[in-house]
Amino acid sequence: MSLINAENVTFEYIRRDKDGAVEGINRAVDEVEIAVEKGDFIAILGHNGSGKSTLAKHFNALLHPVEGTVFVNGYDTREEDRLWDIRQTVGMVFQNPDNQIIGTVVEEDVAFGPENMGVRSREIWERVVQSLKSVDMYEYRKKSPQRLSGGQKQRVAIAGVLAMKPECIVLDEPTAMLDPQGRREIMSAVTELNRKEGITVILITHYMEEVLNANKVFVMDKGRIAMQGTPRQIFKHADELKEIGLTVPVAALFAGELRKRGVDIPDDILTTEELVKEICRSLRII
Amino acid sequence: MLRDITLGQYYPTDSYIHRLDPRTKITGTFIYMISVFLIRDIWGYIAAFLFLAFMIRVSHVPVKFMVRGLKGIFIILIFTALFNVFFTPGEVLYSLWKLDITREGIKVAVRMVIRLVFLIMGSSVMTLTTTPNNLTDGLERLFRPLKRFKLPVHEIAMMMSIALGFIPILVDELDKIMKAQSARGADLENGKLSTRIRTLIPILVPLFVSAFRHAGDLATAMEARCYHGGEGRTRMKPLRYGKQDYSAYTVIILYLVTVIAIAVML
Repeated sequence: MSLINAENVTFEYIRRDKDGAVEGINRAVDEVEIAVEKGDFIAILGHNGSGKSTLAKHFNALLHPVEGTVFVNGYDTREEDRLWDIRQTVGMVFQNPDNQIIGTVVEEDVAFGPENMGVRSREIWERVVQSLKSVDMYEYRKKSPQRLSGGQKQRVAIAGVLAMKPECIVLDEPTAMLDPQGRREIMSAVTELNRKEGITVILITHYMEEVLNANKVFVMDKGRIAMQGTPRQIFKHADELKEIGLTVPVAALFAGELRKRGVDIPDDILTTEELVKEICRSLRII
Repeated sequence: MLRDITLGQYYPTDSYIHRLDPRTKITGTFIYMISVFLIRDIWGYIAAFLFLAFMIRVSHVPVKFMVRGLKGIFIILIFTALFNVFFTPGEVLYSLWKLDITREGIKVAVRMVIRLVFLIMGSSVMTLTTTPNNLTDGLERLFRPLKRFKLPVHEIAMMMSIALGFIPILVDELDKIMKAQSARGADLENGKLSTRIRTLIPILVPLFVSAFRHAGDLATAMEARCYHGGEGRTRMKPLRYGKQDYSAYTVIILYLVTVIAIAVML
């Protein structure tokens, strides 16, 4: 059984005029099929308005599909009495760090989730300490979140989700409002959680560099899944990606252009190191 | 910077009073306020003064900060004093145009001012030694019995603490909007009062819009973290009375008994 199973999921935003009459319907998510297995690192790519964030909100029952069904651990997300189980299983980190911090002290904010779940005080303490340590924010536990940098705030938000002991974390463009330094902090924290603690990660993003560590990538366009596969398979299609408003990493782009001009170079290059190695090989320097 | 505004003016240090349960401090402050209105003669005032001085001493908060709290009500103090001096009937000491200064008037004015000062300083001891969050926690617990009368105690406390957390975010936002509007040529500094009020509109409207957006996002984030009201919620730091709270209660009750005794006997 998959951890998350989205079957034929469709979601529509209904625009209404002043009198409440339907003005138009926006199909934000259109017949999407995704299966997420335990331990996966999934990336969902797409430009603004591709429906990726709307889709993400379906994974923990913040939104319900108009058509189709989302199953989390086998339970339909529409089941009211499973709601809190589902939200505990699939935690969510949002884009704006300021809008998801509830506590006035870091440790109190991290405790918010377990407090809502009715966990005993002693265990809350253990969970708070453990989750702050796993995102490397333990020494900031007594600080006011307002005083932290964007990357640190986002790591606190991740700790807040971890304290609920989820099986899966959905990160909805967690780095969009961060500087490059903060972006690196978040990406290494997320990758580590996936590798060391086996937590399933679903990363929603439009930064190509961030999906390199994923084991499965879904590219969304106009609410539909346009492409899926491993990062290497995806980045072969530089031209198609460009058409839907995405750019591949520079190394992959460069390799693609070289291939077009007849240079003998593999078509699944992702990083600069690989590119350098392959160019050197084709020039027979090594 | 604007960001440094703190509501409730918490003075971070460690003292016996800082460590007390917020409920003890709220109850204590309440009792002190009542006592201030019970006192009638000089001994009562001395008792109230000594108690206050003792509390300030124990709280390790510099007196400077306590006095700062009085600045805000300076005008009210003056007004109360003048009002009482001129409008209390009694033995006329001095006549100023149509206004009479009476002996009783001066007496009442001095008492009133002292009482007000005691009240403000007394509550400052509480607000300076308790974080806003602790304060709302304490209030939530103290008012919990009112839940029986369908008063949403938990929800009100949660709203208070979120509102406090929102202040720095909104102040930041306000700062940004003001800069953005100035960059577009809005003149926020000069002009008549009427034009200046009109220039506030392009600042307030975006501020409200962004406040609603922040609130909507926060609500979603809270829901995603399983928030569903006070039902079945536990606390990481549950309020628990300790030894120091019992001794604090004893001190407060002893003080109240003394004040009542003075008021009754003399």
